[in-house]
Amino acid sequence: MFRFLLSRLMMIVPTFIGVTIAAFSFIRLLPGDPILLMAGERGVTPERRAELEQVMGFDRPLWEQYLGFLGDLLQGDLGVSIVTKAPVLEEFLGRFPATIELSVIAIIFAVALGLPAGVIAAVRRGSIFDHTVMGVSLTGYSMPIFWWGLLLIILFSGILGWTPVSGRISFLYYFEPVTGFMLIDSLLSGQSGAFQSAVMHLILPAVVLGTIPLAVIARQTRSAMLEVLSEDYVRTARAKGLSPARVIGVHALRNALITVVTVIGLQVGVLLAGAILTETIFAWPGIGKWMIDSIFRRDYPSVQGGLLMIASIVMLVNLIVDLTYGLINPSIRHER
Amino acid sequence: MKSRIIFAAVVALFATQLHAKTLIFCSEGSPEGFTPSLYTAGTTFDASSRQVYNRLVEFEIGTTKIIPGLAESWTISPDGLIYTFKLRKGVKFHTTKDFTPSRDFNAEDVLFSFERQFSKDHPYHMVSGGAYEYFNGMSMPDLIKRIEKVDDYTVRFVLNRPESPMIANLAMDFASIHSAEYAEKMATAGTMDTFDQSPVGTGPFQLVAYQKDAFIRYKAHPDFFRGKAAIDDLVFAITPDASVRYQKLKAGECHVMPYPNPADIAAMRTDPAVNLMSQEGLNVGYLAYNSLVPPFDNPRVRKALNMAINKQAIIDAVFQGAGKVAKNPIPPTIWSYNNATADDPYDPAAAKAALAAESVQNLKMKVWAMPVQRPYNPNARRMAELIQSDFGKVGVEVEIVSYEWGEYLKRSKEKDRDGAVLLGWTGDNGDPDNFLAVLLGCDGVGGSNRAQWCYQPFEDLIQKAKVVSDIAERTRLYEQAQIEFKSQAPWATIAHSVVFKPLRKEVVGFKIDPFGGHSFYGVDLK
Repeated sequence: MFRFLLSRLMMIVPTFIGVTIAAFSFIRLLPGDPILLMAGERGVTPERRAELEQVMGFDRPLWEQYLGFLGDLLQGDLGVSIVTKAPVLEEFLGRFPATIELSVIAIIFAVALGLPAGVIAAVRRGSIFDHTVMGVSLTGYSMPIFWWGLLLIILFSGILGWTPVSGRISFLYYFEPVTGFMLIDSLLSGQSGAFQSAVMHLILPAVVLGTIPLAVIARQTRSAMLEVLSEDYVRTARAKGLSPARVIGVHALRNALITVVTVIGLQVGVLLAGAILTETIFAWPGIGKWMIDSIFRRDYPSVQGGLLMIASIVMLVNLIVDLTYGLINPSIRHER
Repeated sequence: MKSRIIFAAVVALFATQLHAKTLIFCSEGSPEGFTPSLYTAGTTFDASSRQVYNRLVEFEIGTTKIIPGLAESWTISPDGLIYTFKLRKGVKFHTTKDFTPSRDFNAEDVLFSFERQFSKDHPYHMVSGGAYEYFNGMSMPDLIKRIEKVDDYTVRFVLNRPESPMIANLAMDFASIHSAEYAEKMATAGTMDTFDQSPVGTGPFQLVAYQKDAFIRYKAHPDFFRGKAAIDDLVFAITPDASVRYQKLKAGECHVMPYPNPADIAAMRTDPAVNLMSQEGLNVGYLAYNSLVPPFDNPRVRKALNMAINKQAIIDAVFQGAGKVAKNPIPPTIWSYNNATADDPYDPAAAKAALAAESVQNLKMKVWAMPVQRPYNPNARRMAELIQSDFGKVGVEVEIVSYEWGEYLKRSKEKDRDGAVLLGWTGDNGDPDNFLAVLLGCDGVGGSNRAQWCYQPFEDLIQKAKVVSDIAERTRLYEQAQIEFKSQAPWATIAHSVVFKPLRKEVVGFKIDPFGGHSFYGVDLK
């Protein structure tokens, strides 16, 4: 296990260096110039432009800028946003808990519904339930997030008035953030009704963000279960007279979970991509909206810092997924 | 006894909260920061200068009229080089968790606010990036020779040359006045960045809390020099999507929203909860020919092409009614607008004949379509397609081109640019000079003058108007300049947008700002 962890960690190093090169170069490969974008129709004189380039460090050769970026990175410094002039790490960390909170609730929603739906669909293969689950998950998978979000807002907030339209909590409540996670902070605040308000604000965005992972998880669980259910050991377990619940729950699902956990791990990337749209619709103050704004403004330090942080998180989650294989199925030995 | 006092205090607090009036504005984005001189976005000005700060002179809310602000009065020397401001006494700065002012506003604060931008040696000049784009863009470093404190309540600006729009410039957001005492305190504490993130001003609202991309909370400044605001608390609920803003307005989650979707306007008109206000924007959208390149160097060719454009069809299709045909290079809401000028009529047959008379046959040209949405042009691609169709009817073949926005702005400045450019302008200070000199003056050729048009009779008029301080005389000069412009037609003036502002019916006293901003002083809830 230790050797496996070490080998994975060693693989992360070149990947991380690759990510720094990609993060640094991608945004610069895009056409567009942050100074011109900042000046807009008003324009900027060549003298002023030279001054601004010097202030922003763009007058140095690219390789020098990259080495500077790496050097700062080693000291935990992601640079300063050229738009807000605030440290990129501060900008990122200020928004990150909101994205994490939304993503975690969305993935819980997706797993809580997708996993049983997939299992039942597999067990009752060919039934109406199976067809319904597959049909709904296909629809969910192909649903444009923006349209889906607006539709839910119009129905549940506009027409029925059950949920708030957007935001993280009602403006009736105000307290200093402690953890950045609204569900926790609202409880810590001790203000009556704050937690309920935070929960109500989370429902629609979590459903919208969780829709695609839900569809993927349901479909993958179904196909993994179908494969496992036809294995000899499942047949043996049935022949031994074990209850259907034990056969499915212990013998089949445990093996099928390997595939499902991999899919859930991969969905983290999908969630972060989906967060960009979901956060825009629901005015959710997370990193998705911030990244998009930074790209449009060609805010190089914010984009490269943000990409690096997101890539690191995806790498970390996938490492954790790899490690959980052994926990789910001890027959998998990482030592090999 | 003690418990009674606590009970009474709780009741009083509760009663205060019950009666506190909170206005929620569903703003469209996060401010870049809270020091207006460092930034250029209207979103930033809404969150900072328009609520938190004041300027020496100000635009009366809802108009382009200049009124006294932190300066009670001012005088201009006969040669137009010295501006002397008498400052208002007894003006209080905000008391915040970081700062308790020990003195009222005075000349030191004016000097600090301008010298930070003006002097590269100033200790605050490089704090928070040190880019003062509006100060530079309005040519302040060239214009201002020095700023002097005459006494605690008198300040003198000495200019290098006469500049009539100077007073209007000082009403702009970048000229907001900060507390020098607060700056000094932050410098002593080694937290100069805090100065730009936790603002202290003299304005009607003071910042309470800001969470990026989520909300900004303000409370009314109890000692505001024009009197405390009618609302007690102001909240900016940051909501980037326009359709979602409308849903929040309908649900009562906000009271005022900016920038509605054109597609939602019809529903808003019939919504019983919504009061849809509208006003012509202080902007102009245009098609600039390159007057240095044949055959567009010939004014008769340009006028012929102008006659081929069906502007009303553009207003209907591109602006979906939220626009008005433009005939002058300045909007009707600006003083000196010349309503007597005649627009080039839409007449394809006459256009075709005029082109033939100039021996222009089988003309092929490019029309540049902006890649971004702007109030003066919400869909440049569609506009370019309509112009392509219109020009096609008079035998001119159009190729539509576009570039990334930064590239577009850069390439469209080039003197040998191939093609006519769709672009526009939103006024900064309500002065005609801000349109006519910036966009059509000879200094702007190769820069902001996208028509590359330098026409001496026009140039003489606008240069004279720059140095004359008599408004009546300036008006006459600008009116004449517009006649010269129409005769030469360096642009096809396309449209002025109409700005819509939806608010809930219970909101009273809100005025649409011609500059596109949002001020909440004077606004109340029924």
